[in-house]
Amino acid sequence: MAQVIVVTSGKGGVGKTTSSAAIATGLAQRGKKTVVIDFDVGLRNLDLIMGVERRVVFDIVNVVQGEAKLSQALIKDKRVPGLSILPASQTRDKDALTKEGVQAIIEELSQEFDYIVCDSPAGIEKGALMSLYFADQAIVVTNPEVSSVRDSDRILGVLQSKSKRAEEKKEPVKQHLLLTRYDAARVERGEMLKLEDVLEILAIPLLGVIPESESVLKASNAGNPVIMDTESQAGQAYSDAVSRFLGEERPHRFLDVEKKKGLLGRLFGGRAA
Amino acid sequence: MSWLNFFRKERETNGTAATAKDRLQVIISHERVSRTKDDFLPKLQQELVQVVARYVSIDPGKVQVNLERGGDFSTLAIDIELPGPAGKAA
Ligand SMILES: Nc1ncnc2c1ncn2[C@@H]1O[C@H](COP(=O)(O)OP(=O)(O)OP(=O)(O)O)[C@@H](O)[C@H]1O
Ligand SMILES: [Mg+2]
Repeated sequence: MAQVIVVTSGKGGVGKTTSSAAIATGLAQRGKKTVVIDFDVGLRNLDLIMGVERRVVFDIVNVVQGEAKLSQALIKDKRVPGLSILPASQTRDKDALTKEGVQAIIEELSQEFDYIVCDSPAGIEKGALMSLYFADQAIVVTNPEVSSVRDSDRILGVLQSKSKRAEEKKEPVKQHLLLTRYDAARVERGEMLKLEDVLEILAIPLLGVIPESESVLKASNAGNPVIMDTESQAGQAYSDAVSRFLGEERPHRFLDVEKKKGLLGRLFGGRAA
Repeated sequence: MSWLNFFRKERETNGTAATAKDRLQVIISHERVSRTKDDFLPKLQQELVQVVARYVSIDPGKVQVNLERGGDFSTLAIDIELPGPAGKAA
């Protein structure tokens, strides 16, 4: 049986798609057969971040509506063996997805894959609920910012009440915090919530902290999941997070401002790579 | 960034992150409670108006319920405008 992982946040634009792409790629790089599903029907973007936008023929809605077979809609990644992408529809609306339809897809994917990563749309409406309903584990993507933290808490409540596991009174969905766009310099200046604050408020186990990094934009420009940029701090931080997800111990990095910069470096700032 | 800022001790936090944390702790603790309970305010307001209306004729539109959520306690303020002595509409 595959593990179903939802990448969710409530709030929009915090890094769900970036994280879904990175984590799915990281799992596949470690030999786990992984499929990543875009649940953002109407606002397809995972295909771009994964760099497969030109190969999309069918999408999840076509499969749910019986217009295509699942195997026809799955796109095999050309860089990492064992990694597939199931794109969202660009034209249909969210109501095109049904619980039964999604369940059938997840059951079929479970035969072949170890991990099914679900990239949730923003909000707590139907699309988001659909993406988290079948989850065994949830990666809650949060930015160190008041509205994002509050929305994360809200989505934790939804996971605890509206998921299949909650409805069937099974063992609850396993929750992980992924704090992204963390700017150590601003935290040090007291301008941004620090890791400890967010952990204290949300009180769920920490999977990783991804620093604010210019490499994320570069990666999305090129259509390469940022985890493949092994030089970048964001890529390394995602890689650590995947290792932790698989049960390995990894110290948390990039939490503090690098001290090695000289006076000039500090005077003129200098951004994280 | 001014020169003064630069020479200020780095650890000093005159930033707004601490305020953010305090505000979040208060609002989230309240939201967690209301997740399990229904929001009672609309009903409370309705029933209050009914009780008061038994004694004086009031304009339901002139009833205000204000809640200020705090960390240790919250304050509920109910403001009901009563008609003037002659019972004229105010
Ligand atoms: N660690 C980071 N450093 C810098 N920029 C980042 C980082 N993570 C994400 N971003 C940027 O933030 C923006 C939103 O990211 P992304 O699309 O992954 O968010 P999302 O949660 O999927 O959004 P939506 O809710 O719209 O689906 C993108 O422009 C992305 O490049
Ligand atoms: Mg997205």
